Amino acid sequence: MVSTVATRAPVLEARNINKHFGPVHALKDVNLSVRPGEVLALIGDNGAGKSTLINVLTGVLPFDSGEIIFDGQPVRFSSPQDAREHGIETVYQDLAVAPHLDAVANIFLGREHRTGGLPGALGFLDNDRMRKETDEQLARLRVRVPDIERRLVTLSGGQRQGVAVARAVMWASKVVIMDEPTAALGVAQTAMVLDLVTQVRDTGIPVIFISHNMPNVFQVADRIVVLRLGEVVAELDPKTASIEDAVGAMTGSMRFARGEANQGE
Amino acid sequence: MSSASEAYDEAVTEALPARQRMLSRVSQSFTPIILLIIVLIFFAFEGTKFLSLRNLNEIAIDSSQLVVLTVGTTFVIITAGIDLSIGSVLILSSVVAAKVMIALSGTPEQIAAFEFPNQHIGIPVGLAAGVVTGLICGVINGLLTTRLQMPSFIVTLGMLGIALGLGQLLSGGTSVPNVPPAVQVDVGLKELVAVDIAGQHLRITPPIVIAYGIALIAAIVLNRTRFGRYTYAIGSNAAASRRAGIDVDLHLVKVFGLSGLLAGVAGAMDLMRFGTASVGSHQADNLAAISASVIGGTSLFGGIGTIGGAVVGAFIPTVLRNGLVIASVPPFWQNVAIGAVLILAVYLDQRRRKAEERM
Ligand SMILES: Nc1ncnc2c1ncn2[C@@H]1O[C@H](COP(=O)(O)OP(=O)(O)OP(=O)(O)O)[C@@H](O)[C@H]1O
Ligand SMILES: [Mg+2]
Repeated sequence: MVSTVATRAPVLEARNINKHFGPVHALKDVNLSVRPGEVLALIGDNGAGKSTLINVLTGVLPFDSGEIIFDGQPVRFSSPQDAREHGIETVYQDLAVAPHLDAVANIFLGREHRTGGLPGALGFLDNDRMRKETDEQLARLRVRVPDIERRLVTLSGGQRQGVAVARAVMWASKVVIMDEPTAALGVAQTAMVLDLVTQVRDTGIPVIFISHNMPNVFQVADRIVVLRLGEVVAELDPKTASIEDAVGAMTGSMRFARGEANQGE
Repeated sequence: MSSASEAYDEAVTEALPARQRMLSRVSQSFTPIILLIIVLIFFAFEGTKFLSLRNLNEIAIDSSQLVVLTVGTTFVIITAGIDLSIGSVLILSSVVAAKVMIALSGTPEQIAAFEFPNQHIGIPVGLAAGVVTGLICGVINGLLTTRLQMPSFIVTLGMLGIALGLGQLLSGGTSVPNVPPAVQVDVGLKELVAVDIAGQHLRITPPIVIAYGIALIAAIVLNRTRFGRYTYAIGSNAAASRRAGIDVDLHLVKVFGLSGLLAGVAGAMDLMRFGTASVGSHQADNLAAISASVIGGTSLFGGIGTIGGAVVGAFIPTVLRNGLVIASVPPFWQNVAIGAVLILAVYLDQRRRKAEERM
């Protein structure tokens, strides 16, 4: 499967991206690309620049120089909403849910179904339809939420995370990005998220997966890119590389050739 | 995946709800319970004098302005903001309404002779001018809060001073004289429906229709429309709402605009009910509305609140005042009692939430 993936054109690509926060050079000439049907793990120590890269890719933050190519075209997403409209869904590290709303409202936040006719024009919501679609999608994705009409504050951290991940997976048509989606999760909920990652990959939609948990990364990734101090320092094949290699690259105790196998078509 | 995660979910699902749902059901009705207790106490001492239909009718009329203000405040607080300016905006709106009404109702000579040949134009336009004044103040609050990224506490505190000062400048610091009496006699006191039951005269007047009509519409908007959904979402997590594509700033301008608009409506109601624009009263209405909203279960941290609760909360001060007057207790006790109720209601509410929420 990986071999065929390598021949496909990238969906989303970052070329020579630079980003500064004042004196901090958070991203240095970063190159990254994802192709349909692959799980790309992005790893690196705290402060390596993973979240910054994701924020740049999805229009949350502007960048200083470089290019983002989406579906073969240079783009600059003006906002996360813009990126979403292009089919890129993100689970942000600082969990972007509204805890006082229920799962249905969160999943449809910003894309509510309205009733038909005049009431719809006045903004009346079609709650029945949203509830039904949420039920169907969660069942399809095998995500378990105890009660989709309970406010998320009353759910466990893992269940809330499940809702955030399900929302991203449900709406994505091009790319799913998950920034540490399993950070706060127990064993069962982590298994659920990893299962979702592979489900999405198997539909052909690539996943960028950020995690500090090496066994999880090696379990789901087709390719691993290592960031260190804002630079891509290594690209590893999880089938041949070891966890020690990955940790070595992250901490800088091991040096790798800077393989950007995906550069050039 | 399966059995492990199922067992986990089941454990979570089973363990909490029974107790939680009970708790939240009980405590969501704290405010009505408090109100009921107050009513029962007055009833016990004053009997049917207090609980007469006629007196309840008066309470409904007396609460009308606070209900309108509390509805606006509740929207603002659900977004995790605060609007301290509503009392002053009410005053400014009623002064503007009175001035416009007088100017359009006749020539200065006619007005001085207490004649209002054009009052059929002056009264409606004047009332509308009051409402628009409130809307403008509210929109300015919203724009300053969002554009300058300042806390709404500060912006509306500034507006409190500005609107009050402008109202005093316009009115010369006193009640506006020569308001056409028809605004009170033929509008505010007009009996749209009047019935006599057992010798008691009951009436439905425009302030009742306006106040409870607004509360009903507001409850529907908050519960059933996208506007309401975004109001909760922004108060719950503004950053998440922004990432979900909601135009948070625009929505906040609308919500502050609504609060100002309703303060303007309450200002117009002042003219209808009392026939004059007074700059002396209403300065503490902001705190009365915030207390009513919070007593009714709205969380100052945002994301939580209902119109029904807020309206019940708005009844409490009126009922207390009314009952104390009937019982010939010095009305100053009202402030003491409302303060105690506020603290008690918020304490009970917090306990409930701690039990319910797991964050
Ligand atoms: N908004 C910001 N303002 C200033 N500096 C920032 C900002 N966001 C990130 N940084 C800096 O950029 C660098 C990269 O941070 P980033 O959050 O991308 O790291 P990360 O790899 O996601 O780390 P973690 O594993 O802890 O999530 C850090 O030095 C951080 O301090
Ligand atoms: Mg991060």
